Amino acid sequence: MNVVVCVKQIPDPADPGALDPTTKTLKRDGKLILDESDSYGVEMALQLVTTAGGGEVTLVSMAPNGEVSGLRTALAMGAAKAILVSDDALAGSDALGTAKVLAKAIQRVEGADLVLTATESSDGYTGTVPEQIAGLLDLPSVTFAKSISVEGSTVKIQRQTEAGYDDVECPLPALVSVTAGVVEPRYPSFKGIMAAKSKPVDTLTVADLGLDASQVGWAGAGQQIVSITEAPAREAGEVFEDDGTAAEKIVAFLDDLKVL
Amino acid sequence: MALSKIWVLAEANDGKVTTTTLELLTKARSLADTVEAIYGGGDADAIAGQLGEFGASKVYTTGDLAGALPGVPVSGAIAALVEGGNAPDAIIAATSYVGRDIAGRLSAKLDRTVITNNTDLEVDGSSLVTTEPVFGGTTDVKTTFTAAGPHLVLVRPKSFVAESAGGGAAAVETIAVPDGGKSAGAKVVNRHVEEREGPSLDEAAIVVSGGRGLGEQDKYALVEELAKLLSAAPGASRAIVDAGWVPYSYQVGQTGKVVKPTVYIAAGISGATQHMVGMKGSKNIIAINKDAEAPIFAVSDLGIVGDVHKVLPQLIEALKAR
Repeated sequence: MNVVVCVKQIPDPADPGALDPTTKTLKRDGKLILDESDSYGVEMALQLVTTAGGGEVTLVSMAPNGEVSGLRTALAMGAAKAILVSDDALAGSDALGTAKVLAKAIQRVEGADLVLTATESSDGYTGTVPEQIAGLLDLPSVTFAKSISVEGSTVKIQRQTEAGYDDVECPLPALVSVTAGVVEPRYPSFKGIMAAKSKPVDTLTVADLGLDASQVGWAGAGQQIVSITEAPAREAGEVFEDDGTAAEKIVAFLDDLKVL
Repeated sequence: MALSKIWVLAEANDGKVTTTTLELLTKARSLADTVEAIYGGGDADAIAGQLGEFGASKVYTTGDLAGALPGVPVSGAIAALVEGGNAPDAIIAATSYVGRDIAGRLSAKLDRTVITNNTDLEVDGSSLVTTEPVFGGTTDVKTTFTAAGPHLVLVRPKSFVAESAGGGAAAVETIAVPDGGKSAGAKVVNRHVEEREGPSLDEAAIVVSGGRGLGEQDKYALVEELAKLLSAAPGASRAIVDAGWVPYSYQVGQTGKVVKPTVYIAAGISGATQHMVGMKGSKNIIAINKDAEAPIFAVSDLGIVGDVHKVLPQLIEALKAR
């Protein structure tokens, strides 16, 4: 069983994000880390390969400046190798442009049975890239998986819904997006971290993928930001240190609103 | 100046159109001369009245999808219409499971970008301008389309208020679903409905949500008890849904429900961006959290820096005593 996991390397969410005033895109100039949302897909992939008794996990990522620190984290968890697409021409790519790049990169992995992604990234959260990749690769897909198992050439999924969940079956090869609750991601072991340093990362450009630069980046994005403004702020109200009267204060507040 | 035609991707449950669909139809009416709906399901006749009342002159339906997930068949049917020359200026869908799946597939099929997570739409000349809040809603980004239409847009629930246009039933037109080929095959074999107690998150005047600060799963009972006393809907942050304490249907936030109740009580919730997006529109916010630096206090009308394990039981007792 060979599984490809799409992973995103993002600025540390602990640092407040910012938009570049000139390019109007998210600043991604600092050190990048593995998006926590993607650690679930990596863990799921490792478990599926173990259960199948053979095969490997390949990572696919797109990032500026040849950034690999997030990939190294996923390699340390146990992925075998990675494909990184890094090219100045990719700056400004929209979700579809990103999907085109990832789809081309996935096609370079031989014998992939399953492609896993997160449901959305933690920084851009468009949530459309998984279906766009599946569409470009002409693969069947299931989004919002909270449990995955493979039986023969069928993948069985519990898919989150508004009301609860659906049992879904899908023929392989397929693309599945996983929710954050799907599995508990392992911490990389010291041995894993050391091994990750020598695992292969194939770094490619847009041209290597056979994509035309006009299809990606600013050139390919069918959208343009016209303005960035501060949203009307919500006024913060009173904040009290609880001195034993918190319940009274809340009841008085609710009374004033006449909701009791 | 208005656009000439917008399609709204309609969603319905048990023969009832979702509120979000009605919100989108209402907004679309103010943006375009003609509004039509697209629906992937077998009961279009049952919902044509409601769709028409809120402004759709026509509903294109794929008919019953026979258990197939809607992404592939519905996007295929829409793409066939567009490629056959029946193309609107824009196609608008909700940021929902169905909406995201169909819009993503359609984006790849038509080679058109899709702008997501919007809370407002306006027309500028012949193009649509979208507004997306980022950084937990502190910044609004307006974006326009630079390539040819149809322009694909995903809008967050509760961005607009649904208002009836008083129109008659939408005309129902069945459209062909092209063979999905290799991409077809994902099929729902069984549905599970997780029962919720009390009023729904969408409609409750008061919502009481719990988060990681509760410490352990059993303590969620405090949230449920308080909610019951207030006739409120119990909700949750993503953290405790992911941890398996409560079902996903309780989740408030970016990937859960967007709520705008009269009162929102956040118990043991720090206020991650992902959560704030789902509750910042509440009229009044009460927050109880141990950490005085928690971002939730920046949006709360009444903030209590304290231990939920003390404050919630006291509050429950005080309410019971009334």
